[in-house]
Amino acid sequence: MSAGTITPYRSAQPAGHDGFPQLLRAEWIKFRSVRGWIIGVVVAGLLMLAVGLLGVQASIACSSGPHAPVKHGAACVTPVPIGPGGEPVSDSFYFVRQPLTGNGSITAQVTSLTGVQQSAAPSGPNTAQTQAGPHVLQPWSKAGIIIKQSTKQGSAYAAMMVTGGNGVRMQYDYTQDIAGIPGKVSAVHPRWLRLTRSGDTITGYDSADGFHWTRVGSADLAGLPSTVQVGLFATSPMHVYESSSFGSGNYNGVNTIATGVFDHVGVSGQHGGAWAGAAVGGSQGLGPNGPGDSYQQAGGSFTVTGSGDIAPVTAGPGSSVGPSGTIEQHLVGTFAGLIAVVVIATMFITAEYRRGMIRLTLAATPRRGRVLAAKAVVIGAVTFVLGLIAAIIAVLIGTRLSANQGIYVFPVSWQTEARVLLGTAAVLAVGAVLALAVGTILRRSAAAITVVIAGVVLTYILAMASLVPLPVAEWLLRVTPAAGFAIQQSLPRWPQVTGVYGLPQYYPLSPWAGFAVLCGYAVVAMGLAVLLLRRRDA
Amino acid sequence: MEATIEVTGLRKRFGPTLALDGMTFTVDPGQVTGFVGPNGAGKSTTMRVVLGLDAAEQGTALIGGQRYQDLRHPLSHVGSLLDAGALQPSRSARNHLLWLAHSQGLNARRVDEVVGQAGLQSAIKRRAGGYSLGMRQRLGIAAALLGDPPILMMDEPFNGMDPEGIVWMRGFLRSLAAEGRAVLVSSHLMGELQDTADHLVVVGRGKVIADTSVADLISAASGDRVAVRTTARTEAMTVLTHAGATVAATGPDTLTISGLTAQRVVTLLGDGAVPFSEVSAHRATLEEAYMELTRDAVEFRAAADSTGAAR
Repeated sequence: MSAGTITPYRSAQPAGHDGFPQLLRAEWIKFRSVRGWIIGVVVAGLLMLAVGLLGVQASIACSSGPHAPVKHGAACVTPVPIGPGGEPVSDSFYFVRQPLTGNGSITAQVTSLTGVQQSAAPSGPNTAQTQAGPHVLQPWSKAGIIIKQSTKQGSAYAAMMVTGGNGVRMQYDYTQDIAGIPGKVSAVHPRWLRLTRSGDTITGYDSADGFHWTRVGSADLAGLPSTVQVGLFATSPMHVYESSSFGSGNYNGVNTIATGVFDHVGVSGQHGGAWAGAAVGGSQGLGPNGPGDSYQQAGGSFTVTGSGDIAPVTAGPGSSVGPSGTIEQHLVGTFAGLIAVVVIATMFITAEYRRGMIRLTLAATPRRGRVLAAKAVVIGAVTFVLGLIAAIIAVLIGTRLSANQGIYVFPVSWQTEARVLLGTAAVLAVGAVLALAVGTILRRSAAAITVVIAGVVLTYILAMASLVPLPVAEWLLRVTPAAGFAIQQSLPRWPQVTGVYGLPQYYPLSPWAGFAVLCGYAVVAMGLAVLLLRRRDA
Repeated sequence: MEATIEVTGLRKRFGPTLALDGMTFTVDPGQVTGFVGPNGAGKSTTMRVVLGLDAAEQGTALIGGQRYQDLRHPLSHVGSLLDAGALQPSRSARNHLLWLAHSQGLNARRVDEVVGQAGLQSAIKRRAGGYSLGMRQRLGIAAALLGDPPILMMDEPFNGMDPEGIVWMRGFLRSLAAEGRAVLVSSHLMGELQDTADHLVVVGRGKVIADTSVADLISAASGDRVAVRTTARTEAMTVLTHAGATVAATGPDTLTISGLTAQRVVTLLGDGAVPFSEVSAHRATLEEAYMELTRDAVEFRAAADSTGAAR
């Protein structure tokens, strides 16, 4: 009709940009303008702290000193030596030594390595029973030659050794381990070992016949003094076994003793002449005059007997450090914080569906994938920042509380601590993104929150609180999103240490692998959410 | 870009219900187009399809020749108000507008401008959840105006408004159209659009029943009928029927006659000495015209409701 005579409206308003930064700003305004969500985020942080720090109070375990006041419980913890890399170490062995100044080398033939085990019967140290036999030799019982900075525990070293079950090894500075000739040592199959020092570098060799030598590896022990201790050693770690039925989590440990027989011992260079025996780091329940920890010299042949280990310390049952904790124990409240985070992140999208506001959102931004991406960035960033702050506070306060309770907290490198703290924040952030995606898929708060909490938090609690058998727990922490909590593991597994690598200190997956599982769930859920958001009517 | 909405052959099914069945119409600039039909006729669905929220199985909906999904900063092309309740209750009205503004690259100053236009200044800091439905409609209008668009599309904006609000809304819609904007306003009550809409798209059962100017529709519905008030009903009917008219008794002393002009009726009754007190040209209300057009659609809806398949 009259449309032909009408002048269509032209806005005088300049068109704004509608790029991703504008979208992020819009979603941030949405988030910050709902007071309940801000409160929820704060509650998540407080839950993290409360649950994490209550755990410290509950774990009073100064068992080795019943009379020690709890407040000063540190008195009942024996000091733990720290290795050159900063990690806590075991450094207990019998050492037949002499000083060596400047460059030089030590060579020895090992003809035998045998073990005995202290009786598991609860008897006093003076009545310690021992039983012999090849079956009590531990896989990582060891005897060999060593060049060590000093007899001080935790000092730098490099060693060539035969082991109970892992052939010849070169090990140095506690954490490093290189394989040499495989197989067991015997009089028929002796092993020749050699270490040479050249400046700070110590090179290890092995040989089956004393003529044909193979270089195993070399250690750069920076700052090694001119005069070092060189000699023969023997040691054997505690045997830890599950004391009752499968999966019960009850462990007992008994001391074991290894004896190595050496021949053709030779030291070259400027060395100190006479051999002297010493038990470095005392001994594991056996006095220096007991059946272990001694040496005999007959002509060129040495028999050295020792107990203990030269290796990084592991946490968990059988740990040599007594009541101990890890920095991540103060972060056990992460799951509680995650519950609140999941609720908020889900609501961030399901509230829009509930009110029909999603239509306004998608009318304003028809590129729907971007809307979800912006929401994910906002909720992820908010929860990451929250998680990081809460994690830092929890570890700072928790470490102090633990020390007051007499609990030894394993020191870790700053890189590891940063990974644990940032990883905790990332678990919350990725968990939030997962919840957002599931909320988008299901479009209903209750259903989405239930699914995500069951998948991430419930599985974590089942596994960590030993509510399911250990194999089930480990399976849960491999295949469910709860695997992501592995990023909090601060202590590594050491292949050269037989330990009880179980929950809660050791996850079945490595930190990054576990985190990747969680991220995988989030990525798949986000992909499905974007697909459905694009396809479905709003 | 042309400020038009062109809807062509939209077809969409929700389960067993055919929501849109070849919906076709055009909304032109400079006038208020009323989009009327009973509940369930497909008005809201059509609007959602225009906004790219719902996908039609067939047909196209274009904004000045472009699909909505392809528009940059779409709120500067089309402002829409689909559901005044679509907001987070605990968020303040101002923040509600602020996020929407920022999503389009607009700023807080523009928010203040539309708040003024919608008459919400005094309540803007309050939680939107505390708003009455009428205030939420004003908030929705403010949101629709953010991008200063040449096209506005509103679904039932009169819902929940008090009489004063309805008067304001009518004037506001007319002023928007007078600026040269295309304004599409849906309603299931034709009376709300009286004195507001210039053009009507009447829909039922998912398709257009009538696409006409308001003036044409009323005159078509009025026909050339004449109302007569008389105490001698029987005599009047005899005389007029004899002259070839169709006569219907619409009350104890009123008749409606079609087929004769008012002047001819007066002459015939005078010649036949039939007493009468009033003869007037019958003018249908918009409501009546609409009821007549949509009778079939309403029956359909009643049937659909009874099987529980209404949408």
